[in-house]
Amino acid sequence: MEPVAESPQLQLTEQGQLRHFLSIEGLPKSLLTEILDTADSFISMEQQSVKKVPLLRGKTVVNLFFEPSTRTRTTFELAAKRLSADVINLNISTSATTKGETLLDTLRNLEAMASDMFVVRHANSGAPHFIAEQVTPNIAIINAGDGRHAHPTQAMLDMLTIRRHKGDFEQLSVAIIGDILHSRVARSQIHALKILGVPDIRVITPNTLRPYDIESLGVRVYNRMIDGLADVDVVITLRLQNERMQSALLPSQHEFYRLYGLTADKLKYAKPDAIVMHPGPINRGVEIDSEVADGKQSVILNQVSNGIAVRMAVMSMAMSGQTTQAQSNLSETSAQP
Amino acid sequence: MTLRIINGRLIDPANGLDAITDLTISDGKVSAIGDSDSGIEQVIDASGQIVCPGLVDLSVSLPEPGKQQKGSISSETRAAAHGGVTTLCCPPDTSPVIDSASVASLIQDRALQSGFCNVWPIGALTQGLRGEQLSEMGTLKDAGCIAMSNLRAPFQNNRVLLRCLEYAASYNVTVFFSAVEHSLADDGCVHEGRYATRLGLNGIPETAETIALTRDLLLIEQTGVRAHFGQLSCARSVELIADAQAKGLPVTADVCIHHLLKTDASIQNFNSLYHIQPPLRTEADRLALCEGLKDGIISAICSHHQPHEMAAKMAPFAATEPGISSLDTFLPQALELVEKGILTLPELIERLTLGPAKAADIKAGSLGVGDVADICIFDPQQRWRVAPDTLVSNGHNTPLMNCEVQGRVTHTLLAGRRVFPARG
Repeated sequence: MEPVAESPQLQLTEQGQLRHFLSIEGLPKSLLTEILDTADSFISMEQQSVKKVPLLRGKTVVNLFFEPSTRTRTTFELAAKRLSADVINLNISTSATTKGETLLDTLRNLEAMASDMFVVRHANSGAPHFIAEQVTPNIAIINAGDGRHAHPTQAMLDMLTIRRHKGDFEQLSVAIIGDILHSRVARSQIHALKILGVPDIRVITPNTLRPYDIESLGVRVYNRMIDGLADVDVVITLRLQNERMQSALLPSQHEFYRLYGLTADKLKYAKPDAIVMHPGPINRGVEIDSEVADGKQSVILNQVSNGIAVRMAVMSMAMSGQTTQAQSNLSETSAQP
Repeated sequence: MTLRIINGRLIDPANGLDAITDLTISDGKVSAIGDSDSGIEQVIDASGQIVCPGLVDLSVSLPEPGKQQKGSISSETRAAAHGGVTTLCCPPDTSPVIDSASVASLIQDRALQSGFCNVWPIGALTQGLRGEQLSEMGTLKDAGCIAMSNLRAPFQNNRVLLRCLEYAASYNVTVFFSAVEHSLADDGCVHEGRYATRLGLNGIPETAETIALTRDLLLIEQTGVRAHFGQLSCARSVELIADAQAKGLPVTADVCIHHLLKTDASIQNFNSLYHIQPPLRTEADRLALCEGLKDGIISAICSHHQPHEMAAKMAPFAATEPGISSLDTFLPQALELVEKGILTLPELIERLTLGPAKAADIKAGSLGVGDVADICIFDPQQRWRVAPDTLVSNGHNTPLMNCEVQGRVTHTLLAGRRVFPARG
């Protein structure tokens, strides 16, 4: 029995426009391409002296981070400001929930303050999905990372980086290395690569960090770098959290680096023009060697700057979808006697 | 007071009966099957309907004492009557837990006052379900507890478990097991399978159940305790139980209706209404459970009813409370097994009445002359819509909400007294 894709309806309007951005899974290729094209147009705009556009003027964007984050929150904030939105940053982990307020109550309060968009990061898989479906359906929800489930804007900025360096997706071999089990980034990347037509997606990981039946997402699994890196065009390394060493998943950082750390020697198995990516923040000497991270094949800093453009694209598209949906709901209501 | 049920198809597996015939009740007991010349005061015409023993449900969570936001003994036993259930066993995870005679008595008193259903409490196997110290099993048994269980709560170590079983065996106490090895179940909330991988939810592997089950069976063999396993969820568990039964161990098992009808595919889109423990597993597991039920290795189906207030489900998936409100829809769901050709109607009724009654050693599930007249009458064809106003349970946490189901209980009699539909 093949798994059915997650229903895309929740994140799309009746006309198929984006209205929330919760997960890559189930979205059509055309929509992913539209996100990339829109982001490209924002990048060319960045080269002009005036960096702002009025697409979200008068709108209020709330950054709701239930988990600490600096980089992602900052790029979302910058993206919202470049779209001329008013931005509020809320670090919920240290305020409401410690006073016993439920997620539900926190959100309803924010809704009452006439917010238009929530950018949500939460430790529970499915939290943004829950908010969009059950709590505040008329507010555009952008998933900024939920548990192990998804980090769709990160995946799209990675796709933008790949497209800007490699052009076409349809001839590529891509390897993702490291802690796949705990990685929402890897899951979203795999869905995006698959939808955009990458024919060869590999994950390289020990079996303790390999999710059950990850092959069902359309990837090949390798335990050894020498096999998995052979002739790939794109090498993506993932961050390894220190706490993985405490739960009997790995023997030591030292052995992980020896077997799975991306060094110049191991990178030689890939194609000579392969690019090296990492979602950040990087642990030098754990999953990647400094020589590689700062080397000429590394596009890690391009990823960061592409992140702003992709988030501008997703936010403007979702807000426009949400507005269209609201208008269509309104005309339906007024059409009734 | 004499009541006669006429023209119904009487299915009573305990007495090998399946025929269109009349059943007469006098003074709360079955007084005649077929023709009877006693004076009749009241008649129920059951034409086109099934008349069978009232259902016996081995797992119904009652929200009293301590969880009144989820409902009451009155509301949930009334839901039992609506579902055709006349005898239920309630697990000990109330607040406080059923580890004292006073809590056991309180539950039985409230159930008796409500008068909708026979209620048998299951006592805690260890004090506070903490897995450290034996509960007062002898006292709990005398106070009416039908069995003892530690539910899914862990034991401090295997020695505590062994002592519990030895002690239970001394007083002929039946132990209900819910097999789970905590170090493997960890913080999981769904089956460890491809859907868990996609959704990024922590999985509970099949071995969390089978390793515990294997250990439990070895200790049952060692102690000779009478044991029942509740809510099997995977194929390998059925094999293990079959092997134990073949060896002659005193072991029975039940399965929850949801595991017979659904798989982990139901959790897609983070549908927390399908968040239950043990988790829904794969299609292969579901088929093996159905087969084990057909073969009689699994002798009972339970509703595993767990009513919740809506707030318990209003959170991201892993943060929601597990459980489905199931009593109101138990019979229509069970009838799907007949519809799908898994069981015949008499087999289904056996697994809903005599099978569970025997497993828990309760005198119920039989409509022979002289037996207590706990009876369910249902129309297997009638369709109805599950909606807030058609549910009797206080818990509206059912994935069937707003769905149409087939099969409707028309009358439930408890010792010959009509408890559904309510009078007046």
